Amino acid sequence: MGGLEKKKYERGSATNYITRNRARKKLQLSLPDFRRLCILKGIYPHEPKHKKKVNKGSTAPRTFYLLKDIKFLLHEPIVNKFREYKVFVRKLRKAYGKSEWSTVDRLKDNKPSYKLDHIVKERYPTFVDALRDLDDALSMCFLFSTFPRTGKCHVQTIQLCRRLAVEFMNYVIASRSLRKVFLSIKGIYYQAEVLGQPVTWITPYTFAHDHPTDVDYRVMATFTEFYTTLLGFVNFRLYQSLNLVYPPKIDSQTDAELKPAEGTEYAMDSESYLEKLSALSASLARVLAPAHEDEMEMDEFPVEGETAEQMDARKQEQEALEKHKKLFEGLRFFLNREVPREPLAFVIRCFGGQVSWDKSLCIGATYDVTDPSITHHIVDRPRVEPQVVGRYYLQPQWVFDSVNAKLCLPVADYFPGVLLPPHLSPFVTEQEGDYIPPEKLKLLAMQRGENPDDESEEEDEEEEEEEDDDKEEEEDESEKEEEMKLKKMEEQKTQSNKALPVKVTAGKVRLEDKQRLEQEQQSEEKRLAIMMMKKREKYLYKKIMFGKKRKVREANKLAAKRKAHDTAVKEEKKKSKKARRA
Amino acid sequence: SPHSSSLRPLQDIRNTVGNIPMEWYQDFPHIGYNLDGKKIYKPIRNKDELDMFLEKMENPEYWRTVQDKMTGADIKLTDEQVELVHRLQRGQFGDVHFNPYEPAVDFFTHEVMIHPVTNRPADKRSFIPSLIEKEKVSKLVHAIKMGWIKPRKPKDDTPTYYDLWAHEDPNSILGRHKMHVPAPKMKLPGHEESYNPPPEYLLSEEEKLAWEQQEPAERKLNFVPQQYRCLRAVPAYPRFIHERFERCLDLYLCPRQRKMRVNVDPEDLIPKLPKPQDLQPFPTTQALIYRGHSSLVRCLSVSPSGQWLVSGSDDGTVRFWEVCTARCMKTLPVGGVVKSVAWNPNPTVCLVAVGVEQSVLLVNPCLGDKLLYGATDQLLESYVAPEEERVQPVQWVTATAEQHGKGVRLLVQHSKAVKQVTWHGKGDYFASVVSDNSNMQVLIHQTSKRWSQNPFRKSKGLVQCVLFHPIRPYFFVATQRYVRVYNLLKQELTKKLMTNCKWVSSMAIHPGGDNIICGSYDSKLAWFDLDLSTRPYQLLRHHKKALRSVAFHKRYPLFASASDDGTVIVCHGMVYNDLLQNPLLVPVKVLKGHTPTLDLGVLAVLFHPTQPWVFSSGADGTVRLYT
Repeated sequence: MGGLEKKKYERGSATNYITRNRARKKLQLSLPDFRRLCILKGIYPHEPKHKKKVNKGSTAPRTFYLLKDIKFLLHEPIVNKFREYKVFVRKLRKAYGKSEWSTVDRLKDNKPSYKLDHIVKERYPTFVDALRDLDDALSMCFLFSTFPRTGKCHVQTIQLCRRLAVEFMNYVIASRSLRKVFLSIKGIYYQAEVLGQPVTWITPYTFAHDHPTDVDYRVMATFTEFYTTLLGFVNFRLYQSLNLVYPPKIDSQTDAELKPAEGTEYAMDSESYLEKLSALSASLARVLAPAHEDEMEMDEFPVEGETAEQMDARKQEQEALEKHKKLFEGLRFFLNREVPREPLAFVIRCFGGQVSWDKSLCIGATYDVTDPSITHHIVDRPRVEPQVVGRYYLQPQWVFDSVNAKLCLPVADYFPGVLLPPHLSPFVTEQEGDYIPPEKLKLLAMQRGENPDDESEEEDEEEEEEEDDDKEEEEDESEKEEEMKLKKMEEQKTQSNKALPVKVTAGKVRLEDKQRLEQEQQSEEKRLAIMMMKKREKYLYKKIMFGKKRKVREANKLAAKRKAHDTAVKEEKKKSKKARRA
Repeated sequence: SPHSSSLRPLQDIRNTVGNIPMEWYQDFPHIGYNLDGKKIYKPIRNKDELDMFLEKMENPEYWRTVQDKMTGADIKLTDEQVELVHRLQRGQFGDVHFNPYEPAVDFFTHEVMIHPVTNRPADKRSFIPSLIEKEKVSKLVHAIKMGWIKPRKPKDDTPTYYDLWAHEDPNSILGRHKMHVPAPKMKLPGHEESYNPPPEYLLSEEEKLAWEQQEPAERKLNFVPQQYRCLRAVPAYPRFIHERFERCLDLYLCPRQRKMRVNVDPEDLIPKLPKPQDLQPFPTTQALIYRGHSSLVRCLSVSPSGQWLVSGSDDGTVRFWEVCTARCMKTLPVGGVVKSVAWNPNPTVCLVAVGVEQSVLLVNPCLGDKLLYGATDQLLESYVAPEEERVQPVQWVTATAEQHGKGVRLLVQHSKAVKQVTWHGKGDYFASVVSDNSNMQVLIHQTSKRWSQNPFRKSKGLVQCVLFHPIRPYFFVATQRYVRVYNLLKQELTKKLMTNCKWVSSMAIHPGGDNIICGSYDSKLAWFDLDLSTRPYQLLRHHKKALRSVAFHKRYPLFASASDDGTVIVCHGMVYNDLLQNPLLVPVKVLKGHTPTLDLGVLAVLFHPTQPWVFSSGADGTVRLYT
């Protein structure tokens, strides 16, 4: 064998990866700076396919970055800014030490700062890319906007986050792109469809935060720094797409309606504008007057290879969407002071409803409690004493459930003080074989336009039938047992009858269930075929089957739990009825 | 001061130890030294807790009594001293007469006075412009003129946004984006996360307990589902910030990898095999049970005509059965564990070789055609001993009269216990395996000449079983992990088959002679195609426990394996004459019947020579026939 000896780990995957420490040394950055750079540039470790090869034969746990990523970081102008900042801090410390206050002021004035515009553009070359990655940005901004303005991070950051969040909410209202809302125990989930991309975010319930000590706020702040930049540009573009003015301005008509005196009472001049915006009750100013865009019909271009049925389905979907967007159109809501104002106002406005609240609660109230045109009064207390005729008093869940159901649900279940029906997650799409809670079935029936009461009975029957199916197997087993017993008894009898003259009784023809036999045969065939599978395929098959079985088991468990609960409730009802009668 | 003088008692017992921690004198009777250098003794304190308490209760001055550290004496504070303490406690000045709020008198006033403060005439330099300043100013002016000093830019903290994607170019995706793995989105919440979930999603007490005991990383849900009756009652989620933070950590710290999720229909994975019905005939049902043995039945053999069956058991007997009636025709007590029986494959000879302890018995069962078994006896008796005695590894002994009556004709006595006996296809030669570690493990005997020989010079491991090729002069020897194929004519090793098993238990050869199956104790069955390779063509893992025995059918394309899990699996094993086509192996039937006892299930399996029937014998002392 001629040629040079091939050395190990000098080519191939070992050279494509670099450990974190080596990367840091290559970039000549401290760990916090490296972390910040990675966060801003969106560089993350990669899991190599053959870890041992990459790790040069060692199996020690290490995180690896792609060497290309690190080389790409080498040319980042922000790295120089980091170094400048380091120098700045050093100079400042020195000036403080020497008590040279004028130097301190001068240095502070010339504090080096950096912009992240180019990084946003680089990470998201197209606008759609940015929209796809908006979930975390929104969740983070909404969280930061609820922080108290003390200590944990810069006040400017919090204010900026609040501003961006409000701007985004206003956009969602203006474009009517909200699709789903979900009240979870963690917070409120929203899902909007922005230019065809689903964007989901979560907002916490409005309470003071108990700041945890085991959270590194610097990391969160760095993320927020990037996210605010991203969200700002996204907002700009979104406003532009709707011909809205950016930064948003309240429509001059509505602006006039909001009494100026009220504004000054409520907040300082500098803040009142944001407050008015965040009230979410006013529509926004447009660059061009809205020229009946909504009524413009889209031309239809039949996509090739699409059948007429698909076209129809698409059309229907479009119509349903339009209807969903105008769900609360013409309804006038009033929010009592105990309900969370912002989420409700946001959701109602997103679906075309008008909303108001008590004047003392927040800026931007448009009408009073006494307004006779109010159709829905949202209340979250057990009883409302002086009820005004002509409006529904409802619990807030009605609004959210109606939005998720895409229709205005019957109000009877949501009156104040009534035990509410379960609030279901709109994000769950049940596949075949999954457990579907009965409420969801009812809802699906309602969406199909069937009368829910009849349906429920039928469902009950169906359920019973299903149960029968389940029982069948058990019955078969029990039949077998019975047969065994009978056989035994016969044997005993024959033994006892031995003394008697032998008697022959007509035998019964045993009917063989052909279907069953066939089934058994098929299952045996399958078993035999499984025996012949290759080891790897068998492993995969077993894994898949295990997953399926587990799914079924879980669904059965839920169903059984529900059944037990329902029977318990029924019995309690009976008992209470009896007690009442007695 | 007046206070100190009143503090001091008349007698001057000034302590001279200085300002030291007084606990240094804790263990001494004295507390210091006076001016004369005499010890100052501590006042006697013999009050116990009770006395202290009584004094506290009774003495009205107790609250103003303090102990002087320097002398150890009790001192009652005067009213002035108490007042002083109170003032200090309130944070006031000790001196009553001191007023901290006296009106401040400015040294210089802000009002311009008509008279100068000093009478000194002004300096000249206060009238003429400073040269140094002039220099400095001119430098600044020059710098401004040259554009070195610029006015400060007005600061604008608010970020400006613009249409960043005005000229978006979808082709400008950077190189690194090829390897880019976008972060997976957060999981969307299910029904159980609702503030008012359906009741079935709430955890029961046990589930809650189980949830609490699980490691946080192992939990399926990272929260406990809870139900609140109205929105007003929903509290803040305490781990909200944590979860956001964890997401951040995941985004920048978690190594990412593209994983291809297999989206396979499990039905597609099942191989498409010909239907067992199409591969009939094969045994499907249990037809007969041969009862009689009282202990486990280790070995089986069937006569070449298929009429008789012989079985050897641990109870020290060999039984002869009629196959069709399950009737025990004859019982031959041999006084030892029967390890192996083999019926002579030559249909003109009625002879059974039985391996018992250290000897191989050649038994004439005297069943069937009288002419036939008479001829066999004649054949055995026609032996003429050679003139010169040859040295043999074993002893050939003619049976005694008593033994002869039972049917035993010849005894071949080995030095060690016999494990296996197997006949050559012609029915003259037979091989026996002895459990030994030397080269004497395998012996080949010739019945007609009563002549034995040891074919191997060296031991190649513990021999498990041996086999004659049905047509050609080959001899198969299975050791623990390999099967060696010897050519008997050329007296050389032709092949060594790797079984890929840990311990071979049994071996059978296809009647065509080109295929071998090996069963092993690690529950594998290896099918070898001798023309193809020395490695198994297929390794079948059908059984759950150790394989005890394997068998081929003489006529039908069937083979069977018996295992300790109590099952016999019959497979269709079609071997094609066309050498290019690989054998087709299809399991067709799992036969169950034997009840496993003592961790042993089925010990031997055997096909009927003409019919598609299979015999099996098990640890439960029965032999079963499946048809």
